[in-house]
Amino acid sequence: MAPQSALPYSPIFGRLSLEAIPYHEPILVGTFCAVALGGIAVLGLITKFRLWGYLWKEWFTTVDHKRIGIMYMVLGLIMFLRGFADALMMRTQQALAVGGSEGFLPAHHYDQVFTAHGVIMIFFVAMPFITGFMNYVVPLQIGARDVSFPFLNNFSFWMTTAGAVLCMASLFIGEFAQTGWLAYPPLSGLAYSPNVGVDYYIWCLQIAGVGTTLSGINLIVTILKMRAPGMGLMKMPVFTWTSLCANILIVASFPVLTAVLALLSLDRYVHTDFFTNDFGGNAMMYVNLIWIWGHPEVYILILPLFGAFSEITATFSGKRLFGYTSMVYATVCITILSYVVWLHHFFTMGSGASVNSFFGITTMVISIPTGAKLFNWLFTMYRGRIRFELPMMWTVAFMLTFTIGGMTGVMLAIPPADFVLHNSLFLIAHFHNVIIGGVLFGSFAAINFWWPKAFGFKLDKFWGKVSFWCWVPGFWLTFTPLYILGFMGVTRRMRVFDDTGLHPLLIISLIGALTIACGIGAMLVQFAVSIWKRDELREESGDPWDARTLEWATSSPPPAYNFAFTPKVHSLDSWYEIKSRHVARPTEGFKAIHMPKNTGTGIILAGFSLVTGFALVWHIWWLAIVGFVAIVAGAIYHTFNYKRDFYIPVEEVEATEAERTRQLAAIAAGA
Amino acid sequence: MSTTTIPEGNAQADFYDLHEHEHPEGHSTMLGFWIYLMSDCLIFAILFACYAVLGGNYAAGPGPHDLFELPLIALNTAMLLFSSITYGFAMLAMQRDKVAQMQIWLAITGMFGLAFLSIELYEFSHLIHIGATPQRSAFLSSFFTLVGTHGLHVTFGSIWLVTLMVQVARKGLIQANKRRLMCLSLFWHFLDVIWIGVFTFVYLMGMLR
Repeated sequence: MAPQSALPYSPIFGRLSLEAIPYHEPILVGTFCAVALGGIAVLGLITKFRLWGYLWKEWFTTVDHKRIGIMYMVLGLIMFLRGFADALMMRTQQALAVGGSEGFLPAHHYDQVFTAHGVIMIFFVAMPFITGFMNYVVPLQIGARDVSFPFLNNFSFWMTTAGAVLCMASLFIGEFAQTGWLAYPPLSGLAYSPNVGVDYYIWCLQIAGVGTTLSGINLIVTILKMRAPGMGLMKMPVFTWTSLCANILIVASFPVLTAVLALLSLDRYVHTDFFTNDFGGNAMMYVNLIWIWGHPEVYILILPLFGAFSEITATFSGKRLFGYTSMVYATVCITILSYVVWLHHFFTMGSGASVNSFFGITTMVISIPTGAKLFNWLFTMYRGRIRFELPMMWTVAFMLTFTIGGMTGVMLAIPPADFVLHNSLFLIAHFHNVIIGGVLFGSFAAINFWWPKAFGFKLDKFWGKVSFWCWVPGFWLTFTPLYILGFMGVTRRMRVFDDTGLHPLLIISLIGALTIACGIGAMLVQFAVSIWKRDELREESGDPWDARTLEWATSSPPPAYNFAFTPKVHSLDSWYEIKSRHVARPTEGFKAIHMPKNTGTGIILAGFSLVTGFALVWHIWWLAIVGFVAIVAGAIYHTFNYKRDFYIPVEEVEATEAERTRQLAAIAAGA
Repeated sequence: MSTTTIPEGNAQADFYDLHEHEHPEGHSTMLGFWIYLMSDCLIFAILFACYAVLGGNYAAGPGPHDLFELPLIALNTAMLLFSSITYGFAMLAMQRDKVAQMQIWLAITGMFGLAFLSIELYEFSHLIHIGATPQRSAFLSSFFTLVGTHGLHVTFGSIWLVTLMVQVARKGLIQANKRRLMCLSLFWHFLDVIWIGVFTFVYLMGMLR
């Protein structure tokens, strides 16, 4: 039987006491002060400019897929700064703590930092980014006015946010897990992690996971049911295709995460024996199950961005995408194969040569469709009239970086090599090579590409280039040393090093991380400068890049209803077809448009979930029960509201479209 | 192949749906609910997998032979199967718009559901009473979790059932309510299918171990 929690318990506050506030840790106190001051400043400004009503009515309760998409991006960006701060602390610690020095982070703190870094970067940065892109772009690309379940969409966003808030709360109340980002038992079991860290981990992921699963279902149904007339599956834009596959992966893998975390929490809360060392438990069961979720997860992250790269490459090469059909099949192959490679994450488990060979080979096989995609992009660029705008620059950087990351991945797929490289810094360098080179570079490409659609002005090119030229070399400066250190046998998650021979490489890596910091800074400056100079960067045509798919057929930003008339689709590049044939935009015969109504239920239910999660972390049982009953009651109450839609009156549609007509006429007269 | 359908010329009506019809309300709910059920099915798949792997780890404690009473489980299974049949009758009544008849069948379904839950709770309390607690061994952990998760689903299904009965009483058999009843129907039969798996895999095959 596992031991009880180490903390004192009271019926009212559970395990929560003033001891939980880490006021004796200067780094955390400093961070808290900065966050508190920043938070008060933001809240003060919102109050001063009387924005609360606006934010509540227009954003927090919105069911508009475009606004929800933007909110996902904001969430991802904020969490990215937190996750990167963790990264910088790790690199600094490792550069300092060599040859007898202890560095500046005690083990207790350092272990939380590397766990939080992984959790935040995957769940609260990469996931919000791709969900944000899919939310914003997919309905526009398929000629729809919203997603299938607009309320669920809002609810999903707030559940993801509630998870992020709970994760951040652990910084100042109690502690986070010290187990690494996948919280393997028995380390994450009650016997070795008796404190609240792993409970924070479990509940922030469970709450966010509800949102992710629901948004996956929502987008699958949207893509299958709401495409414009004529858009058969093989006429869907590639981004929509990769989004469909990513969402299928979400729905087919996140329940596994939910289940395995539920089992871990049973071990921790009611002392069952799933993953314990005694009473018949089996910790490797956890490792298998979590990677059955975890491997598809990496494809969930990269697939939508493969789609974005495809749109960008075709647009900036001025050609239709090379090998559309093979691109679709490659995507589907990756989707299926991603379920038969999970064991390559733990070849060292000792499952024998046959099993390891099988998973080694499947892992190498999955690189074939990925390679096919790369050739498709290259052939799209071949003899194209390439314009090196920022999205295209990020795409080229991705193609170079990701290919090398993919090749080191194939190295790791060889079981005997993996026995040497397992859990070394080589592995760390590999997956950062594909995640930064693929997911982050892709997100930056996509942000630069779709920003003008979302806001009606382009991003500043100079600061974008500064950011690019800090990021790409900075990435290589950071991670090349890690590849070398991995070959030298350095394992991951080390806090101090005895061997001073490692010092130069660790310092180079820190310099790289600082270069990346400059890149992030330049990106924030880019956003600020662009907003500042938005009138100069204004882009009113709605199609700034001379692009090919339907999201560019409408104004920037699009009206709430996206399209006054749903486009009819005949080919892959529908907007290109409409443009090149000079089809006149309809200017009369508008109708009232049926739209969903805003609702505050999503944010309220997510708030209850946050309270319940917090209560469960601290064993405040009465509050957990109250919170849970509130969630169920709130959901039932919501179902008694049958009036969830309204019509945008025809006069409003006419006025909006007339304004658009004037805008286009002005551009035509100017040109 | 995808380019063969492009019409000649640039007639507006070929490229914009000028006389479109809006999507009817709830047009994609059933598909969405199906996909949700499949995701739920995966949770059960994991619990079944855990039971398959850990189900033999008795840790020197009691095994299926010592614990399971098949006649009781057979009775329990009958309760759930009957509840599925009566839900089916409720759906038939709904199709013919016979509200009162449908409500009676739904109430009977709810009763069968409660009977199932009561028997399951009795079984659990009996097991715990004789010391076969979820904490005793990995076998019992996975047994209680698999069967209990199914029981929790039936509990929520019952709450949902009552909610829908109230909503039908207030609003009648409007389209939205019919759609919700169809969703619950899927959910209820889905739980039946899962239970067949539990009965076969856990109880019957457990006795063969």
